[in-house]
Amino acid sequence: MHGLINTAVQSFCRDAYGTDVWNDVLRRSGAGVVEFEAMLTYDDPITDAVVNTMARVLSKPREEVLEDLGTYLVSHPNVENLRRLLRFGGVTFEEFLYSLDDLPDRARLAVPDIDLPQLELCDRDEGEFVLICRSPFDGAGHVFVGILRAMADDYGVLALLEHDGPIDGAEQISIKLLERAFARGRQFDLAVVP
Amino acid sequence: MTVQVAPLAEALDMLCPMHLHLDAGGRIVHAGPTLCKVLSGGLVGREFTQVFELERPRKVRTIAQLLQTAGQKLHLRLRTPPHTRVKAVLAPHPLGSGALVDMSFGISILDAVRDFTLSSADFAPTDLTIEMLYLVEAKSAAMEASRLLNERLQDAMLRVEEQAYSDTLTGLKNRRAFDHLLGHLLEGRQDFALMQLDLDFFKQVNDTLGHAAGDHVLQTVAAIMREETRGDDIVARVGGDEFILVFPGLVNRSRLDEVAARLIERIREPIPFAGKNAAISASGGVVRSVDYIAPTVDALLGDADTALYASKDAGRGRVTFHLDLPKSRSA
Repeated sequence: MHGLINTAVQSFCRDAYGTDVWNDVLRRSGAGVVEFEAMLTYDDPITDAVVNTMARVLSKPREEVLEDLGTYLVSHPNVENLRRLLRFGGVTFEEFLYSLDDLPDRARLAVPDIDLPQLELCDRDEGEFVLICRSPFDGAGHVFVGILRAMADDYGVLALLEHDGPIDGAEQISIKLLERAFARGRQFDLAVVP
Repeated sequence: MTVQVAPLAEALDMLCPMHLHLDAGGRIVHAGPTLCKVLSGGLVGREFTQVFELERPRKVRTIAQLLQTAGQKLHLRLRTPPHTRVKAVLAPHPLGSGALVDMSFGISILDAVRDFTLSSADFAPTDLTIEMLYLVEAKSAAMEASRLLNERLQDAMLRVEEQAYSDTLTGLKNRRAFDHLLGHLLEGRQDFALMQLDLDFFKQVNDTLGHAAGDHVLQTVAAIMREETRGDDIVARVGGDEFILVFPGLVNRSRLDEVAARLIERIREPIPFAGKNAAISASGGVVRSVDYIAPTVDALLGDADTALYASKDAGRGRVTFHLDLPKSRSA
């Protein structure tokens, strides 16, 4: 797994639960490192072990930890970069949803060796979508539920999101837009404010 | 004919929001919405050359010449602050007189986005500008992550290097560092004195009080040596109870005598450890680079060793200058 993924879990755990909890998780997981580096690559089972350990330490289901991770990635100021990069996907939440198909390629433009889950957005009825997420990492779909939920907030959209579980070896998320202009949403300037 | 111009302008506003329609006299007839935003409106009716300065091609001086540049890349600059540079291309208007000019910010885009608070809506949906901004930001973030990693690796490397040149028990330089530094001194042809110092009775301390006491003695002696030397003197532990001190720039005989006497005096003070006292002493041999025509590492160390053994033979607890030995004893 790319170090960026592992450092995302690392910042999430540190920012949400504190350094002590994170150090405990890392030690118990047997990851064999004292800290993850964003620009190194780690064996896939390490990420799995860290997430499972975190769920155990926090006494939460793995799915919930992953969803919280997704929400954190978009809403926490320490990872504002990522929210900005996602916002480049579209002016409206719907445009953003359509940009998800390109997300793994977009990410690869910046970091050639990163492997994000394959995403496919299917239109259903008006305002209803299904996002199909394929990844060797079990539960990647839950991370996207968290990301989408936080992005809906970011765009000021009221949306209903549900993880429909694994279907045909992929995870499916159903998305229902209830209100396109529910709240004001957060400002997005193309220019980086120094 | 002119009837058809309005719907065309509408289509162009959507496809090329930074386009201009010029009449045959070079006056702006219509401007796309993004250009209007950038120049705060008021464009229609103004001379093209009043708003834009043409930087290239240089030979174009008149409106007539400008209208002849169809298809060429034009380098423009706003005449008003912030004087942003703009790329442009001109085509004769297909439905009338004059010309259409389309523009883009080119590489000035990062500044332009900030200066004019442009948003995604200011670019055609097919425009790659947004993708480029995305890429610039994503790459900067990735570069920053790499930079941080490099910084940490650099720190780790320095620590490892430091360890590779240090004796871990005493924190003094080790043999490897000493060889390196002595070689450096000789190459630099700087004068220096070198003192080899062995601890006396150290083995007894180890045998009677244990290795912990031995380690404590070595650390104490190391501290004394550090205190009795200057910052750029080299103090190295080169063996179990063997030390070498190098004093760059110090060859004055009486000064060296003082330093040696003070070192031995302090090393002879009993060192308390776990309720007992460890009593040791030190014997030394001194050589000076100035006493050689062409000093070499081997000659210096060999002679320092000879002088050291002379000290031991003479009853320990003293320092001998190799220069003072009868010629027969020198190597």
